[in-house]
Amino acid sequence: MITRRDFLKNSFTGVAGLALPLAAIEMVSPGKLFAAKGDKAKVRWVFLVDTYKCVGCGLCVKACKNENEIPYDANVTRTWVERYVLTKDGKVHADSPKGARDGFTTTRIDQASAGYLDIKNEDIKKAFFVPKLCNQCENPPCVQVCPVGATYQAADGIVLVDRTWCIGCGYCIMACPYGVRFFHPKYHTAEKCTFCYHRITKGMKTACVSACPFGARMIGNILDPNDPVTKIIMTERVGVLKSEFGTKPQVYYIGLDEEVR
Amino acid sequence: MKSHVWRPLYAVVGIIALILLVRVFYVPKDFGIWERGFMYGWHNKDNEEFWKNFPVKYKFDSTYCKDCHSDKYDSIMQTPHAIINCENCHGPALDHPANPPKLTIDKSRGQCLRCHFPLAYPTSGRANIRGIDPEKHNPGIECAMCHNPHNPKLGGSK
Repeated sequence: MITRRDFLKNSFTGVAGLALPLAAIEMVSPGKLFAAKGDKAKVRWVFLVDTYKCVGCGLCVKACKNENEIPYDANVTRTWVERYVLTKDGKVHADSPKGARDGFTTTRIDQASAGYLDIKNEDIKKAFFVPKLCNQCENPPCVQVCPVGATYQAADGIVLVDRTWCIGCGYCIMACPYGVRFFHPKYHTAEKCTFCYHRITKGMKTACVSACPFGARMIGNILDPNDPVTKIIMTERVGVLKSEFGTKPQVYYIGLDEEVR
Repeated sequence: MKSHVWRPLYAVVGIIALILLVRVFYVPKDFGIWERGFMYGWHNKDNEEFWKNFPVKYKFDSTYCKDCHSDKYDSIMQTPHAIINCENCHGPALDHPANPPKLTIDKSRGQCLRCHFPLAYPTSGRANIRGIDPEKHNPGIECAMCHNPHNPKLGGSK
């Protein structure tokens, strides 16, 4: 038997509930909140690599290691250059000795434990160099897996690592499909390419871009329609690495071969 | 209910309270969810400044070198080596000439062989650069003994 008191109580609750707009229980994402506040990002850094221009000199790797204080003789590097030699028998040979810190000064392919492979010039179908660096993904899997919030994406798209907050678990190193992360030999924390954050935020180019004598590397702001890099990405045929992972990588390649992984 | 049921519960509540207390003091004030949301933007805001303030080593501005070393600058600008930045061989300038007063120049054969080891790779610009076989071409001698890197044609050697 419903009492008068209960009936009134339930009616009021019901009416109050119906009056509540759906918007009131919506989870507001911080992105939307920051956008509504008006301080929208004006910069989104992107990178462009022209693989036709790269000669594999490795001056970019040398400059990067010096600029970013990556121990020079340790076999880790934030950027590296890969050599691909496709032979007429359909095989793909790739190497990057010391990340191409000293360039490629031999025709022999470094096959690690399998030794060196000498390929005759007449057997080569295609051969080229591919510089690699952090893709500064729009959906960075390395950031997603960090259990402590030590790695993050800044508003301009650059993924950074907080050395004071990193616990060195290595999840991000496993998560990166491009293999750009490693442990810093000195700080023992996750380390990665920052697009030389200290240089680009001061209006300079990254160390690798400036070091490249052939203009194979370029950095730009995709939100600026007049940026030469943006113009190339918007009007020319460019590719990205491992698009199937859905990470939306932001390093674009001109002349990317399907064999490049 | 008997106390042996409540006692562990008190312990758990105490531990949670302790964790919350430690968190208040340990977690920095600017640690939170920033522009890119919880999944990608959860971090210590202050750390962005750390990376912005990282020291710059390379100037990569040849006009900086030109003021004092105009002879070298004018010479190299006439040659195909004009595309190479000074600091690629001379090392990062830092605050040169104040600090360091003298730069360490990379005169090694390896530095030249980065480009001048012949690799006839089709579809790569490398195929168009003239090269030498380092095992046959005066092994053991620095390239700069004969070739002036600022004016690399043999006729212009020192």
